[in-house]
Amino acid sequence: MYVAVKGGETAIAHSLDLVADKRRGDRSIAELSLEQIDQQLGLAVDRVMTEGSCYDRSLAALAIKQARGDLIEAIFLLRAYRTTLPRFGDSLPLDTSAMAAERRISSTFKDVPGGQVLGPTYDYTHRLLDFSLAAEGDRPAAPTAPADTNRTLPRVGDILEREGMLEPPPHDGASEDLTRQPLTLPASRPVRLQNLARGDEGFLLALGYSTQRGYGNNHPFVGEIRYGQVPVSFVPEELGFAIEIAEIDVTECDMVNQFSGSHDVPPQFTRGYGLAFGHSERKAMAMALVDRALRAEELSEAATSPAQDEEFVLAHSDNVEASGFVQHLKLPHYVDFQSELVVVRALRAEVEARNRQAALDQAAE
Amino acid sequence: MTNGAYNYAYLDEQTKRMIRRAILKAVAVPGYQVPFGGREMPLPYGWGTGGIQVTAAIIGHDDTLKVIDQGADDTTNAVSIRRFFAKVAGVATTTRTEEATVIQTRHRVPETPLREGQILVFQVPIPEPLRMLEPRETETRTLHALSEYGVMQVSLYESIARHGRISKGYNYPVMVNGRYIMSPSPIPKFDNPKLDRSPALQLYGAGREKRIYAVPPYTPVKSLDFDDHPFEIETWEQCCELCGSKESFLDEMIVDDDGKRLFVCSDTDYCERRRTLPEAAE
Repeated sequence: MYVAVKGGETAIAHSLDLVADKRRGDRSIAELSLEQIDQQLGLAVDRVMTEGSCYDRSLAALAIKQARGDLIEAIFLLRAYRTTLPRFGDSLPLDTSAMAAERRISSTFKDVPGGQVLGPTYDYTHRLLDFSLAAEGDRPAAPTAPADTNRTLPRVGDILEREGMLEPPPHDGASEDLTRQPLTLPASRPVRLQNLARGDEGFLLALGYSTQRGYGNNHPFVGEIRYGQVPVSFVPEELGFAIEIAEIDVTECDMVNQFSGSHDVPPQFTRGYGLAFGHSERKAMAMALVDRALRAEELSEAATSPAQDEEFVLAHSDNVEASGFVQHLKLPHYVDFQSELVVVRALRAEVEARNRQAALDQAAE
Repeated sequence: MTNGAYNYAYLDEQTKRMIRRAILKAVAVPGYQVPFGGREMPLPYGWGTGGIQVTAAIIGHDDTLKVIDQGADDTTNAVSIRRFFAKVAGVATTTRTEEATVIQTRHRVPETPLREGQILVFQVPIPEPLRMLEPRETETRTLHALSEYGVMQVSLYESIARHGRISKGYNYPVMVNGRYIMSPSPIPKFDNPKLDRSPALQLYGAGREKRIYAVPPYTPVKSLDFDDHPFEIETWEQCCELCGSKESFLDEMIVDDDGKRLFVCSDTDYCERRRTLPEAAE
């Protein structure tokens, strides 16, 4: 008799046990600690915090451990936890010019106030497998210059803006929260940016790349990328003044793009903006490219490419939604399929009957 | 297992209130898709998060919950969702259609007729009936606002022109209360007539798309058709191998390597009742 989907309860329980068993792997190998994940797989933690929209390194590390390193699954776990947390309010906007930057580069000027700081980057590593990493052993600490915490680091964009060469930051209006209100279209730029910040890195990377290959090109330059610690301030209602509640690592990308001007605006450069938790340069850059592409309509450009299509981009950027819906195809669909079978059989029967009739008619002639 | 870490029925009370407001609006405007602030649930999108949120918002201690997927109570996802509510809401569960006060379903309407006071909660993947004809939400909302449904009629007409009949087996579009075209979710068209003037309240939840819509009790629900091509439902030459029913929706199974087919009721509760209580089979 048919048993494939019967006894689901026991099968599910056993499946859960198997997942837990697989997760632990060979028991003779030491178990991963959350601290190890946080410290040694830090960029994975950064991505999970960014797309999980929850800044908590240890929770993200736990999610990565629980998901056995499947980062989209980890993002899902973190999101599902985040959604149950109470909201106390909005922080003040981050002031990234007050960042204690570990890395800061501009590709538009050879030198900028505050200087170019390479910091920790893979950009100049040769991608040769380092077999010495296969062996455990102490690594000497890297020498670093003392950080100059007394000076703020002016943004390259602000300097260009003072000259009138770069548009002022677009007027954004009040912030909304996509995780509390449904997406309505057309979306405000804050909503778009929130969507992109939560969006899948791979999806944004491909879209950003597509703009560079001619599908909605807007000639980008990296005005600046910076990575480091910024304070987060919050005004509790009962106090009425701002207090610093945290210091978080963020990566910010200010993309400077060409713009030929319009009826009202003389030619000037325009902005695309990207921000991600932790050290996530690829994500921040891709986000900045897509943000700029999505401003096509606002800047009276022809919106002809996927990356410029707000509804297309915003509706498909979320990997938790995408992963769920793609994978729901694993669920039983045999009722729908049965309906299709009935329809297709009926259609085929009609065609066969027609053909038979045609053959008879032909034979009769 | 949850150790009081989560609120009753998982969602916090503010969220439930928000969802209930959306439900009330949906009931007031039958067939209209109400946007709501869908939350991220601990189950994947596409696996019933909309239905789960609706159920979580309406369920209480006195309720008895039934969960079906493809008509069956024991399919894995139905089991998973039923376990979820047993865990987070401590709610009584049943497989019996007539005992349930809330029935969450994916892809089927139970064969046993529903009664007043029961609520049928549908899990909806794509709430927009016009989506495959017009991918843009901004466009489809306008089409609904203007009752501009020509595009749907044309698509059905094209199907007749090409195939000689409307070749839509499931998710067959309906007109609710003479105003909104609605997706009945991917139920087979076999189930569409059960939606019409049903004594039970029908709530539809789409989690990923963040929409809720409803059909209040006794609301007319008409499957779209043409005068010369009236709506018709699936029929089988076979009857159920287990209970002998000729009236229920049958699942087809391949039982050996030669492709031998077997037909059984998709609604497991209905089938079991007919087998254990011979009078139910009358």
